[in-house]
Amino acid sequence: MIIDLHGFIREERFYWNELEGFLQKMESDALLRMDLAEARRFNYLYQRASSGLARLAHFSAERETHRYLQSLVARAYCEIHETRQRPHRLAPLSWMFGTLPRAFRAHIAAFWLALAVMSAGLLFGGMSLALDPGAKQVLMPFEHLKGSPSERVAREERAEEDRLKGIKSRGAAMYMTHNTKVSILTMVLGASWGIGTVIMLFYNGIILGAVCMDYMLAGEGTFLISWLLPHGSVEIPAIIFAGQAGLVLGGAIIGKGNSQTMRERMRAISADLVTLIGGVALLLVWAGIIEAFISQYHEPVLSYSFKTGLGSIQLVLLILFLAFAGRGKGREGA
Amino acid sequence: MSKIPLIGRSASLAFRTPEGVSFSYPLAGPVSRFLALSIDLICIAGITVILNMALGAFRIATPDIVGAVLMIGYFLVSIGYGIVLEWLWRGQTIGKRILRLRVMDIQGLRLEPSQIAIRNLLRFIDSLPVFYLVGGVSCLISRNCQRIGDLAANTVVVRMPLISEPDLDRIMPGKFNSLRQYPHLATRLRQKASPAEASIALRALMRREELFPEARIELFAMVADHFRPLVRFPEEATRGLSDEQYVTNIADILFRVDKATSK
Repeated sequence: MIIDLHGFIREERFYWNELEGFLQKMESDALLRMDLAEARRFNYLYQRASSGLARLAHFSAERETHRYLQSLVARAYCEIHETRQRPHRLAPLSWMFGTLPRAFRAHIAAFWLALAVMSAGLLFGGMSLALDPGAKQVLMPFEHLKGSPSERVAREERAEEDRLKGIKSRGAAMYMTHNTKVSILTMVLGASWGIGTVIMLFYNGIILGAVCMDYMLAGEGTFLISWLLPHGSVEIPAIIFAGQAGLVLGGAIIGKGNSQTMRERMRAISADLVTLIGGVALLLVWAGIIEAFISQYHEPVLSYSFKTGLGSIQLVLLILFLAFAGRGKGREGA
Repeated sequence: MSKIPLIGRSASLAFRTPEGVSFSYPLAGPVSRFLALSIDLICIAGITVILNMALGAFRIATPDIVGAVLMIGYFLVSIGYGIVLEWLWRGQTIGKRILRLRVMDIQGLRLEPSQIAIRNLLRFIDSLPVFYLVGGVSCLISRNCQRIGDLAANTVVVRMPLISEPDLDRIMPGKFNSLRQYPHLATRLRQKASPAEASIALRALMRREELFPEARIELFAMVADHFRPLVRFPEEATRGLSDEQYVTNIADILFRVDKATSK
């Protein structure tokens, strides 16, 4: 039952070495593409190594050669049998103006749900503060929000020197990194069957609702809008998109009404999840810059109408972008 | 594709290809994965220190911008280290490379960039509450030793032992084999020896350099004693042969077909 191992290795060594060379080349270059002749040769070498492995498995007990061939076949298998479509070159513009808005629209139900949860939190936070102003100390996460809104407005409108001089860039970086971390956390908590994502959205809604109500009750509505709108028109949607991604993740894990296995469901949504969180990160970079360089400046330095106008334009552009960009260019509603 | 449902470190992931060939990967356990992660954390810390030193010279002139660059740089390195390296090195980071581990698709296919991104982003949840407790527990209880990130991304971490092309000339150098003087007995030996017995002889030869001298003598004495009664070669063929040489000659007969006798 034992084949001539020595002769077998001598005959096949050339082909194994060639296959190994192919694999090394592929493994060292993530973007490598083979031409037709190379692909055919690679397939032939894979088939030959597979056949060798089958022969060894049945006719020899020699384990070292068996293990070596097994590793060659295993490495080649993933290259040969991979049929999922993937881009071979980075195409940021196509991603931004096609893939991103399409991924958003493909999971629009999760977006509405995320928006509803955050709105519920917003109402809850606002109502809580209106009914019990003493709850402010508990609801506000940041020290600078716990003071009187009117005093803050007066102080910042009075300021003659640039109070953020020398720390603006660091401020922008802090806003970007902090918000991106919060967004990633909001998305990945979707792995808790979506419960963690819902809590994060609701909690962020509570804070936002409490802050808004606090400034409204103090009669500082104009200041509030001009302070929040420039960056909030991008930042708040970004957090909701992160929630949308988290709910998509949670939905895939729960899988109610879906006959696919969890593995298939996860495979189906993984690209969209990464696209959504990539879009969130992009929006938060922009929001961080606006928050550090524009939102924190008030009248007389920057007029409220300018800030409100800027925020409104951003929000309208974002809505238009998400609603219409990338239509008719590729997969829609998948 | 089929799986061997074992828990944790001893499990392996088995595949059957459409060509009818089977192969398997040994799964990496939580300890080796934690060690690889520790190496990666040291690398991340090292990159951050280098970044800090490189930008330190500019700190006096533009402290605000340097501070911002450092903050964003640290964030990008800590998030992007695993994503970029696993993409460029087909599922390996520096830590995984050193410990010969590799992330792979659970169906044995190529890793998709989205799979790499998801498993790395979900580290946030795996690292909760401290020291990757969630991820560690998940590894221990999941069938394929997967943390939450792996489950979501459909990936597993496997061990990739260094396997080089077998070199039979090294263990059976093709010297004169006195047992081949008796081709009818050599043929009978091939008929009588089972694959498992042949494998024992070959593996003993392949690993003989790893053994202590006493253990080596003892092992080859046992193996030779097992083969001697199988086919009795004349005394003149075995006279002066050590047990190790006897086993070498036996393996030579079993694994190398003589051109003259095979025709």
